[in-house]
Amino acid sequence: MLEINRVSKTFNPGTINQKTALNGLTLHLNPGDFCTVIGGNGAGKSTMLNAIAGVWPVDEGNIIIDGSNVTQLSEHKRAMFLGRVFQDPMTGTAATMGIDENLALAARRGHRRTLKWGVTKQEQTQYRELLASLDLGLEDRLTSKVGLLSGGQRQAITLLMATLKQPKLLLLDEHTAALDPKTAAKVLELTDKIVAQHHLTTLMITHNMRDAIAHGNRLVMMKDGQIVLDIAGEEKRKLTVEQLLERFTDASDRMILG
Amino acid sequence: MAYFASLNPHALLNSCPGGVAQGLIWGIMALGVYLTFRVLNVADLTVDGSFATGGAVCIMLVLAGWNPVLALLVSFAAGVIAGLVTGFLHTALGIPDILAGILTQISLYSINLNIMGKANQAVNVNKVALPFTSNAKLLSRTIGITAVVVVALISLLYWYLGTETGSALRATGTNPNMSRAQGINTDFMKVLGLALSNGFVAVSGGVLSQYQGFADVNMGRGAIVIGLAAVIIGEVLGEGLMHNKLNFWLRLMWVAIGSVIYYIVYVFVLWLKFPADDMKLLTAIVVAIFLAVPYLKAKYFTRSYTVKYMTRRRKGEK
Repeated sequence: MLEINRVSKTFNPGTINQKTALNGLTLHLNPGDFCTVIGGNGAGKSTMLNAIAGVWPVDEGNIIIDGSNVTQLSEHKRAMFLGRVFQDPMTGTAATMGIDENLALAARRGHRRTLKWGVTKQEQTQYRELLASLDLGLEDRLTSKVGLLSGGQRQAITLLMATLKQPKLLLLDEHTAALDPKTAAKVLELTDKIVAQHHLTTLMITHNMRDAIAHGNRLVMMKDGQIVLDIAGEEKRKLTVEQLLERFTDASDRMILG
Repeated sequence: MAYFASLNPHALLNSCPGGVAQGLIWGIMALGVYLTFRVLNVADLTVDGSFATGGAVCIMLVLAGWNPVLALLVSFAAGVIAGLVTGFLHTALGIPDILAGILTQISLYSINLNIMGKANQAVNVNKVALPFTSNAKLLSRTIGITAVVVVALISLLYWYLGTETGSALRATGTNPNMSRAQGINTDFMKVLGLALSNGFVAVSGGVLSQYQGFADVNMGRGAIVIGLAAVIIGEVLGEGLMHNKLNFWLRLMWVAIGSVIYYIVYVFVLWLKFPADDMKLLTAIVVAIFLAVPYLKAKYFTRSYTVKYMTRRRKGEK
């Protein structure tokens, strides 16, 4: 479903701030893979997601989503393949627009936007039901401005927006990191539910090793812009935090020795 | 005393309808400014140039014997082109939005001089029948027509911003990152918004040139500030008087009303014998104060600040 082939990206080349964020990164995801991504600060986790989303062009390599080579496509054109949820709850929604308007924007991802009305009555009914399934009491606030909602509510809506038009690939960039533990757990639970419901191929970055183990069928660890550990299947199911920490040290040592 | 005796209430009453007419005309311009400044979140300085372009195009076409209404449509097109240029400079060439606007504005100064062949051009208002005339006998008709045009444009803008592309335009102004993630071409939307906005501004310039019977290369100088003044006055009054009953249509309405109020105040201040030369300074100061209010309010008058200040006082600190 996703192929990242030998992708490299260096920021500020030729300056003292030069930083190689991705260094020949290769990662293949099968359809339905729910892959969690861990790694230290500066390992290139968010950079990888941004490379897939096309926030800026990559220096080398190519990115293929569901058979289409998207390497040269601009960010807004790739959006038709992707659902994205960001770390900052403010990033994923338009604060000055209503909940229904935000969802309607997402429902038209990958379609030509015409001069038809932005939100239809029929959509509003559909969205109300969808919001009711979140169990956050948002179904009664359909036309409220998203800016009035809490961080957790906004992330839940962003998650809905990301999956309203079924994406080929769901990108979650530490989407619970800015939430309190209880809300984070709820948003993660919702994530599991939605991913399972639509059999979405998912990449989820997290700083929480327990979450990385508990969710998904595959786990990769990044370091210095590369994948240094890739655990799937039975091995992933039996994984513990202690083992992971051990592997983390191993991987680090290997990098130093190698 | 001599000063007060010199003020003639009758003169004030007489100049009020002119103030209303001019306010409505500038209201069209203010709607354009609202579109960029509030919806798109861009301070577009192109308008100082495109306002005069609208006037120049309109007057020259009327002089060439065109129908004055048709001439306004061409003004609109000229404004759209000006906006496209600014949009191109900003999105395709990566020039910061304010600078892109200034570049277009300054080039329009030369272009406007070329359109008119000299610094100003006038039509003989006694020979040409203009729909937006300042002829005292027809002033009420002018006000009526302008009001209808303003309401029609507000409705048009309201409708457009409610459509799929209009929603995309609003999203672009609010959160460009999110917009791109939802597949919106934010560069295109910015160009579109700038084009539409400058179209409105140029129509306003065209109508004003008909109203005063001439176009001048300097007629748009400081237009952005007047537009901002109208937007801000309208918002403050609209929000203050209507609270949560202020829907989007009424909000746009209040922008036009803000412009009318600005011109009535303008007329009043002039009537008080305030020097006309200082009016731009006064406008700038008023706009600066109103733009600063939300910032200062957030900084010094929030609950947390007050609580902190009070606690410090209670502890006997200064």
